[in-house]
Amino acid sequence: MDFLAEITLLVDSTLRIATPLVLAALAGLVAERGGVVDIGLEGKMLAAAFAAAAAAAVTGSPWAGLVAGIGASVMLALLHGYVSISQRGNQIVSGMAVNIAVAGLAPTLANFWFQQGGQTPLLTGDARFRAIDLPFANALSDVPLLGALYGDIISGHNLITYLTVLLVPATAWMLYKTRFGLRLRAVGENPEAVDTAGISVVALRYQAMIIAGVLCGFAGTVLSTGLGAGFIRDMSAGKGFLALAAMIFGKWKPVPTLLACLLFGFVDALQGRLQGVSLPLIGEIPVQFTMMLPYILTVLILAGFVGRIQAPRASGIPYEKDH
Amino acid sequence: MAASADRLPWWASNLLLPALNLLAAFLVSGLVIWGLGEDPFLALSFLLEGAFGFEEGVSYTFYYATNFIFTGLAVSLAFHAGHFNIGGEGQAMLGGLGLTFAVFMVGDFSPFVSVVFAIIGAALFGALWAYIPAYLQAKRGSHIVITTIMFNFIASALLAYFLVGPLQREGGQMPESADFPDGAALMGMHELLAAIGISFEEGPVNISLLFALACAFGVWFLLWRTRFGYELRVVGKNPNAARFGGISVSRMTIVAMMLSGALAGMMGLNELLGEQHRLLGNFTLGYGFVGIAVAFMGRNHPVGITLAALLFGALYQGGAELAFEMPSITRDLIVMIQGLVILFAGAMEHMFRTPIALLFERYAVRGAN
Repeated sequence: MDFLAEITLLVDSTLRIATPLVLAALAGLVAERGGVVDIGLEGKMLAAAFAAAAAAAVTGSPWAGLVAGIGASVMLALLHGYVSISQRGNQIVSGMAVNIAVAGLAPTLANFWFQQGGQTPLLTGDARFRAIDLPFANALSDVPLLGALYGDIISGHNLITYLTVLLVPATAWMLYKTRFGLRLRAVGENPEAVDTAGISVVALRYQAMIIAGVLCGFAGTVLSTGLGAGFIRDMSAGKGFLALAAMIFGKWKPVPTLLACLLFGFVDALQGRLQGVSLPLIGEIPVQFTMMLPYILTVLILAGFVGRIQAPRASGIPYEKDH
Repeated sequence: MAASADRLPWWASNLLLPALNLLAAFLVSGLVIWGLGEDPFLALSFLLEGAFGFEEGVSYTFYYATNFIFTGLAVSLAFHAGHFNIGGEGQAMLGGLGLTFAVFMVGDFSPFVSVVFAIIGAALFGALWAYIPAYLQAKRGSHIVITTIMFNFIASALLAYFLVGPLQREGGQMPESADFPDGAALMGMHELLAAIGISFEEGPVNISLLFALACAFGVWFLLWRTRFGYELRVVGKNPNAARFGGISVSRMTIVAMMLSGALAGMMGLNELLGEQHRLLGNFTLGYGFVGIAVAFMGRNHPVGITLAALLFGALYQGGAELAFEMPSITRDLIVMIQGLVILFAGAMEHMFRTPIALLFERYAVRGAN
């Protein structure tokens, strides 16, 4: 295979893999900017993936899947919000509880409804968010370079991937250009000041959790109805945690977070391409080692290349009005 | 309000609250079972019958409980030092790997030496696997929750590599090692009981249960009866105060995490040396995560952890029997119950604690009048 085609494939699958990461990382970003640490991204994504696949399988419509996925994710986000904001419980523990409970509940329900050993039926045809061919993609395919760039890389993704491209600037705009965003950032840095100004800390944080829930809902839905074709046990495979790492690497800012997710997506795409390929000097790398790459990269990034990490100052700390 | 919560009598805090937390988790689970079209009370009776109704069932219950004592102690020890170690799963995998290297290194030289080396190998590899995330947290400030999760994935791949590569049984197709050399095994509890004149059906529970209980005692002694344990708890409660007191917080982080990893690593003693007598791919089956629920349910005290481990042992064994009796319920449901227990006992403890504290306060005021 020639080099250009190889690169095209690599970039194409990078975008594909990065989509759920970007969505989940934005969810984590909004939650933490508002002062709630959300380690339960993984569980919300898995719940959304299951709900979306189940609804799409029953109705045959990916849109019903999207609604169900977002619904499931928002409900879990509100649960985490209730524990973290109203109950002032330990947010890390709560997030982990969500992750584990969903890892058990989703296959239980899948098994009950579909009797396929904890999976949902394979989604075919219009029950998925299918690849969309942008206009002129075919016409341009013979043009050198441009054809590959437009036809193979930019065109041919599913709707949610294109939506994600819009959601990154939208989140940035929301955070930095709107009154809500200003208040949200303030409530993650200095909730006392927000409270003194007569704005409800609790309401703002719940709103942040709902936004995070919606974004995570998109992330899960794209996993099972866009990239995959159905729900498989543990299909989130640590992506919620990779997203958190990307958010930290991106220093809680939308565009750097996007770049971090693309890096993770690229490494994951690369490891997929490296499987079974013999490299000069090294020879063939055992598949188990290439599979480790994204996880090792996460550890390395968190360990060193980030520089001084400054999380939103009040993130993870429950707000108590009466102290 | 926060202050009054601390004035609960010990039995309310250590017996009543965990009971209420468990009840809440069971209530939600019961609703789910009812939603699955099964009778929750019948399910509970299958579960209890499966866990305690016959001698082999009891043996399995205690066998699973042994795993959970190790992983529960591991989570709890790190928690006392202020860290949430969710890498027990990976540390247990590496412990199993260390144990396997050790027994094959000793060969059939002597069973006693095998077992001693197996314990050292399991603890050492588990501790080393926890050392890296701990070091990165202490020196580089990387989030220990994320790194330990990553290390679970890396451990799983590493174990898979060894089991389809260098350690694979000769001519085998499954991801498993050759059988351990003769003698590299732990005595079954039924053999021990027979030696003192009690007859008990043969089952998987083995003397690593006693070793786990010894570890529980050891953790209690370390945390509440030694200077080191005191310092560890100070670091967990208030790192700034610890720093002023001249305790090195980063050193304590590393040491506590390594002890935690060693405890998780020793889970393999029960699973591999006690029962399987070979290394299996993903033999940990999520038991490392059960440790989180066990630690919170047991209120991070070794006695509570031992009891909570027994509870989860019963849930796992009874759950397996339940899945057999009621096909619409799978073992995944037990995983969900685990998550609910973590939610109610770990994250939402104020939900019950505050009203109970208020109740006690009112009662106390009336009593005084």
